Amino acid sequence: MSQVIEKAPVPAAPPRKKPKRRSLGRPATGVSALTYVWLVLAAIVLLFPVLLTVVGGFLPEGVLVRQPPGLFHGQYSFDNYVAAWQQTVVPLLPAFLNSLFVGLVIMAAHLITSCLAAYALVFVRMPLRQPIFWLFMATIMVPYEAIVVPNALFIRSLGLENSQWSLVLPFLANGFGVFLLRQAFRQFPAELADAARIDGCGHLRFLATIVLPSVRPSLTALAVWSFLQGWNMYFWPLIISSSNNSMNTLQTAVFALKANGNGTQQALVLAGVTITLVPTLLLVIFGQRWLVRGFMAGAVK
Amino acid sequence: MTPHAMEAARVRRRRPLSGREIALGLAFCVPALAGLGTFVFFPLFQAIFLSTRGTDINGSPSRSVGSANFAELLTPEFGQILLHTLFFTLFVVVVGVVLPLALAVPLAQRLPGMRVFRTLFTLPFAYSASAASVVWLLMLDPSMSPVNWLLRLLGGTAPGWTTESPWALLTVAWATVWVVAGFNLLVLGAGLAGVDEQVLEAARLDGATGLRNFFSVVLPMISPNVFFVVVTTTLTSLQALGQVQVMTDGGPNGSTSTLVFSIFHNAFENGNNDYGLASAQGLVLLIVGIVLAAVQFGVVERRVHYR
Repeated sequence: MSQVIEKAPVPAAPPRKKPKRRSLGRPATGVSALTYVWLVLAAIVLLFPVLLTVVGGFLPEGVLVRQPPGLFHGQYSFDNYVAAWQQTVVPLLPAFLNSLFVGLVIMAAHLITSCLAAYALVFVRMPLRQPIFWLFMATIMVPYEAIVVPNALFIRSLGLENSQWSLVLPFLANGFGVFLLRQAFRQFPAELADAARIDGCGHLRFLATIVLPSVRPSLTALAVWSFLQGWNMYFWPLIISSSNNSMNTLQTAVFALKANGNGTQQALVLAGVTITLVPTLLLVIFGQRWLVRGFMAGAVK
Repeated sequence: MTPHAMEAARVRRRRPLSGREIALGLAFCVPALAGLGTFVFFPLFQAIFLSTRGTDINGSPSRSVGSANFAELLTPEFGQILLHTLFFTLFVVVVGVVLPLALAVPLAQRLPGMRVFRTLFTLPFAYSASAASVVWLLMLDPSMSPVNWLLRLLGGTAPGWTTESPWALLTVAWATVWVVAGFNLLVLGAGLAGVDEQVLEAARLDGATGLRNFFSVVLPMISPNVFFVVVTTTLTSLQALGQVQVMTDGGPNGSTSTLVFSIFHNAFENGNNDYGLASAQGLVLLIVGIVLAAVQFGVVERRVHYR
C-alpha cells in the first residue's frame, strides 16, 4: 500500500534544468578518490574474516595455517563440509534441523501472538488498553539474562529439559513484536476501519483480509527479525540442552566443534561456521531493506 | 460538515462498549500475555525470591541466606565485574557507532559502486555472536593468524590477544563491534538517505562545508537514527554472553568477566549452581539496564531532533 503511494504519478514537471540529485553534496575528484581509499581499507579489515570463513572451509588444513594465509591456493574441496555434516563427535545435521525448528517456530509464534495482541490494542474497543500496552512494553525492558535462572529451573521442573520444546517455550511471545505491529496498525486509517465495521465485517475477517495485507513490510521485518533471534540464540540452548548432544543448535554445535578440535581442525570449524551462516547471509543480502524499514517505522518516527 | 452531522459522528464513535467485543479483545491478548506472564513477569518475581536463597547440598536453592548474596555484590570482585561491563559497553557503543557513521557518510555520496560497498559492509551482521567469536579466535590464533602475520611484517610483535590481561577484553569487544557495525550502518545509512537536499543546499550557500557541515547540519538531522543505534547497541553489549564464553571464558584471571558472563558462570558453569548469587546479579543487570535507558531517554532524547 505504501508502495503505491510512494510511486504516485508525478505531475509532468516542466522541462527545467534538472538539478543533479546528490546526497551530502557531490565531492570533488580528490575527495572521492580519498573516499574510495578509505572504503577499500575498511572493507579489507572488516571483510577479511568473512572471506576467511567462506573460503577457509574449502581449503585443506595444511594450507589454511600457512603464513601468509594461503586463501587463494587453488586446492578447494568440499571435504570439510562433508566432514562437518557427519562428524561423529558433533554432527551438524541434527543441529541444523534444531536451529531451523527454533527459528521457524519462534517466527510463527511471534507473528501470531503479536498480531492478535496488537490488533486488540488498536482496533478493539475495550477497557485497560493502555495498561496492557505498557505491560507489553515493560517486558522489552527486562534483559533475558536477568530471568534466565528461574526460567531454566522452571523448564527443568516441568521435565522438559533436553526436549525440542524446551528450546522455544520461553520465546513464543515477544513484547517488541507487539510494539512493532501496534505502530504499523496505527497507521491504518481509522475511517476505513469504521467503514468496514459498519459494513458488518467481523474482526477476524477484517484483520485477515484488510489489515494484514496492508502492513506486509512490518510483518516481513518482524518475521526476519524473529527468525534471526531464534537462529542466533546461544545462551539458552547452551544451558538447557548442554547434557544432550543431539539437542545442540548450530550455534552451540559450532562451539563444541571448535572445542573438540583441539585447535588443529580450523578448516573444519570454518566450514561449520559457514553452514550456520547460510540462511542469515541470504537474509542480510536480500532482506536488509525490509528489516530496516520495519524497524525505523516503529522506532524512529 | 454541518453541526448535526458532526454530532452524529461523535455519537457513533461513542457507542457503548459491547461485552462481546471486550471478550474478543481480551482473548486476542491472552496468547501474548500468557507467554510473557509465564516466562518474563513470573520469573522476575522468582528471581527476587531466589536472590535470598543459597544452594543446599542437593543443589536446589532452598536454603535461606537473607541478604548474603547482596553483600557479595559489595565486594571488590564484583566491582571489577561491573568495571569490565562498563568498559566493554562503552567501547562497543563508541566504536560501534562512530565506525559505521564514518562509513555511512562516504557511502551516502552518489558515486559508482556505493551500493556494492554497502551490501558488503553489512555482511558481518549475518554472524551470530558465537560464530563471530569462533572466526575472530581463528583470525587471532597464533598458529595461523593473518593479523599476527601482518604485524610481524610491520616489525611488531603480536600480544596474546585472548590470553593477556588488557588485550582480552578489547578483543572480545572488537568482535562485538564487528558484528553490530553492519546493522548500525544500515540504520545510519537510512537516515542519511532521508536528509533533505534543500537544507544541505541552503547550508552550503551559508558557507557550511566539510566537518562544520557534518556536525551542525547533517548530524542533527540524523539524530533520531543515531539515538536508535546508541540505545540498541547499549542493550546488545550489556547483554553480550556468547563472545565472552567462546573467546575467553572469562579469563585470563577473570579479566573479561562481565555481568552477564558472571551470571552464567555462577548459575550454570562447572556445576556451580549458585542460583541465588546469579539471581542477585541478574537484578543488578535489570537495574543497570533501566538506569541506562532512563538516562538515554531522559537526557539524550531531548537533544534529538525529530522532524
